[in-house]
Amino acid sequence: MLKMIHGAQDRDLRAAHTTAGEAGWPVPFPSVLEYNSPAHGPWNIVHMGMLIPGAHQIYVCADNCNRGVILTAAEMGAQDRFSNIAVSEDDLINGHMEELIIDGVGEVLASLEKKPSVVLLFTVCLHHFLGTDLNYIYSELRSRHPDQIFIDSYMDCILQKDGLTPDQKLRIGMYKCLEKRPLRPDQINIIGNDLPMNDGSELLQMAADAGISVKDITRCASFAEYMTMSESFLNISTYPNARPGCEVLSRRLGQTSLYLPQCFGYDEIENELRSFAEAIHAKTLPDFASLRAMADEALFHAQKIAGSTPVAVDYTAFPRVLGLSRLLLEHGFNVVRIYADAFSGEEEEDFKWLAANHPDTEIYATIHPDMRVMPRGWDGKLLAVGQKAAYFTQSPYFVNLVEGGGLYGFNGIRSLCGLMEEAIAAPKEIEDNVVRKGLGCLSCIDI
Amino acid sequence: MDQVLVKMSTYTADVSGVCSALYELGGMVVIHDPSGCNSTYNTHDEPRWYSMDSLVFISGLKEIDAIMGNDDKFIRDVEEAAQQLKPRFIALVRTPVPMMIGTDFEAIAAMIEEDTGITTFYVPTNGMHSYIDGAGAAFEKLARLMTDEISGKPARDPADGSICVNLLGVTPLDFSVGSMVASMKDFVADSGFRLVSCVAMGSSPEEIARAGSADVNIVVSSTGFRAAQVLKDRFGTPWVVGTPCGGFGAAVAADVRRAAASGEDIISYDSAQMPEMKYRAGYYIIGELVTSSSAAAALMMRDGEAPQVICPLEPPAELRKEPAAFIRAENAIRERLADAGTVIADPMYKRLCPDGAQLIAVPHEAYSGRIYRKQIPDMIKLEI
Repeated sequence: MLKMIHGAQDRDLRAAHTTAGEAGWPVPFPSVLEYNSPAHGPWNIVHMGMLIPGAHQIYVCADNCNRGVILTAAEMGAQDRFSNIAVSEDDLINGHMEELIIDGVGEVLASLEKKPSVVLLFTVCLHHFLGTDLNYIYSELRSRHPDQIFIDSYMDCILQKDGLTPDQKLRIGMYKCLEKRPLRPDQINIIGNDLPMNDGSELLQMAADAGISVKDITRCASFAEYMTMSESFLNISTYPNARPGCEVLSRRLGQTSLYLPQCFGYDEIENELRSFAEAIHAKTLPDFASLRAMADEALFHAQKIAGSTPVAVDYTAFPRVLGLSRLLLEHGFNVVRIYADAFSGEEEEDFKWLAANHPDTEIYATIHPDMRVMPRGWDGKLLAVGQKAAYFTQSPYFVNLVEGGGLYGFNGIRSLCGLMEEAIAAPKEIEDNVVRKGLGCLSCIDI
Repeated sequence: MDQVLVKMSTYTADVSGVCSALYELGGMVVIHDPSGCNSTYNTHDEPRWYSMDSLVFISGLKEIDAIMGNDDKFIRDVEEAAQQLKPRFIALVRTPVPMMIGTDFEAIAAMIEEDTGITTFYVPTNGMHSYIDGAGAAFEKLARLMTDEISGKPARDPADGSICVNLLGVTPLDFSVGSMVASMKDFVADSGFRLVSCVAMGSSPEEIARAGSADVNIVVSSTGFRAAQVLKDRFGTPWVVGTPCGGFGAAVAADVRRAAASGEDIISYDSAQMPEMKYRAGYYIIGELVTSSSAAAALMMRDGEAPQVICPLEPPAELRKEPAAFIRAENAIRERLADAGTVIADPMYKRLCPDGAQLIAVPHEAYSGRIYRKQIPDMIKLEI
């Protein structure tokens, strides 16, 4: 019987971990074989696509690829909004791929009692290599099915390391339904988030104070409401993968685009909110000194509870994982480890700060094959921020959060402090939490 | 159109079947693919991923490497990982894009083996077939490799008079991680047999290497049949195909004794010794062929009537016996179920059943993955 092999052998596993002082920028680890841990909370393209009210997803791919997406839809209780067309070996050589897709989509639509407003049609790596005529396919589909909006979508992972990822492409595609309309000066959009921005965020408060309504696909109750996003004069993106989609949409509809990434540096947050205020012509600004003080107070309170408890963070919790680490270190938290395979170009300054001020902070990969055998656990209590940090350290004291959790601005920092205090106080079952896909979506699994 | 799935799920595919089959054997399995196949496998098709370590990785194939035929990176990455992790063997698994571009896996495997000294092979999957193919091919390869250097039937303990058996085709895809594997082992012991190896859950590679010493191979799922054929070819070991469900276990045990005595191969659910099956109209069981046919036989023995088997997979031709229906397309399955009154199947088949039909839920890992895992009954004890 195979035993657990992590930590069992005396191996040099230095390829999978380094320190802040020694790490290469922006990729500290070599690109080799990849391991996939059981932590699956971040959203995938199936979860994202379901955010469009009434949309139906159709994937055209081989069975092995289909399996993951079909079961993602099933696990989130959205099987009714999902279909697929299985590609066989014959389809690769018979020259009829276009007909397969066109006729297959037609059959799907014919069998649906309630016709969808939007069809997200996903083609894959195979179609790219075959030179499948996607223009013809979409042209024909739009001609045959004028009542449906077809969005070209892609599950073409083979292109993701040198171009846009399927995730980024979908965050562009999800807004292709929006048509040019007269813009309203009292409405803005948040583009490309999977999770709603926290209600108490300064950005939402500033918008409300200025009499501006905020549309966010995560809160759209109907397709009609989603379509009114066309009328916003300003698009905000806060999640890095959402930025291309925000900019493409803004150019197409003549809207203004503003990238205000979720971050942790007080100056950067304040600058972002000032830019936002300018963009919405706000008459007043928040009391930034007060906001900073309240954030400091929350951090101080949380740090008193955490004490010297080691803290590990990972990139799936927050894209700006280095910025988060710096914030916590600057406020006395004992951040000992960061789990990340690469760093965003936006984090170079924080990277340099860590290297200069906390060079011994450990940086661990999450996908390097050595992580399969890296000892998992921590001697004593540790606070983990993120599912991968929780899994690799086997700490039940963790903040279960992905993609920034919608925590934006100074209010986001205060909310995070509350979550950390809760995490330290009450252990959670690790496996049952981290294995569930798409944190925030319904999860029907019974493990 | 046969390829359109509106309401159906899809079965575990061949790539994941290989990984599942080889999981516990101490090797390193590398899926040559950009991304996604590993996540699909270890999320939905591998209930052991969290609790039991195994070296299953993906190569992270990029477009430029595929276009330029940059196999060097793949080879280098596999060799580097192997040198670090020291697996017992290396299995390379093919996916759609490498198949399309004609990646020479035979040559790559040979190069890696020469460079590392570690047995390396490839399994010719392509992501477009079911786990029956993938796991079947992996078990076949295993049977060949582990017996390659053995000439003649391995010696047995002369004092051991009991019939020695292997259980072939054991993966969580068909038997999950509950009590079914233990129940099958209990069946072996209760029948007075001795278990040589359970291929491949709960047996060490050393035990599996002695598989050739068995008197009879019991094929409990279609995935084990190709390995049984190899062992027959190498050692003359007869096979008995049948999952020992409920009362049907006695029939399987009787067939094992018969096979041990005569050397004949027997499909238990189709043997002359089976009572005549009485099929009730509108009563169906859907699933993998061997387990479903065996469950049907067990239900016949228990209830006096049997469900008709519908198998949406691709079992080996030798195992396909009438009146089982081999239907893969959603429309065809729906049509077949038009008169259904009772259907024994994974809960995800509910959407294909006509209104008013009773679905007796028997979740199948290879179909619904982990969604109903805790509800999977022990079919060996016929807990339905």
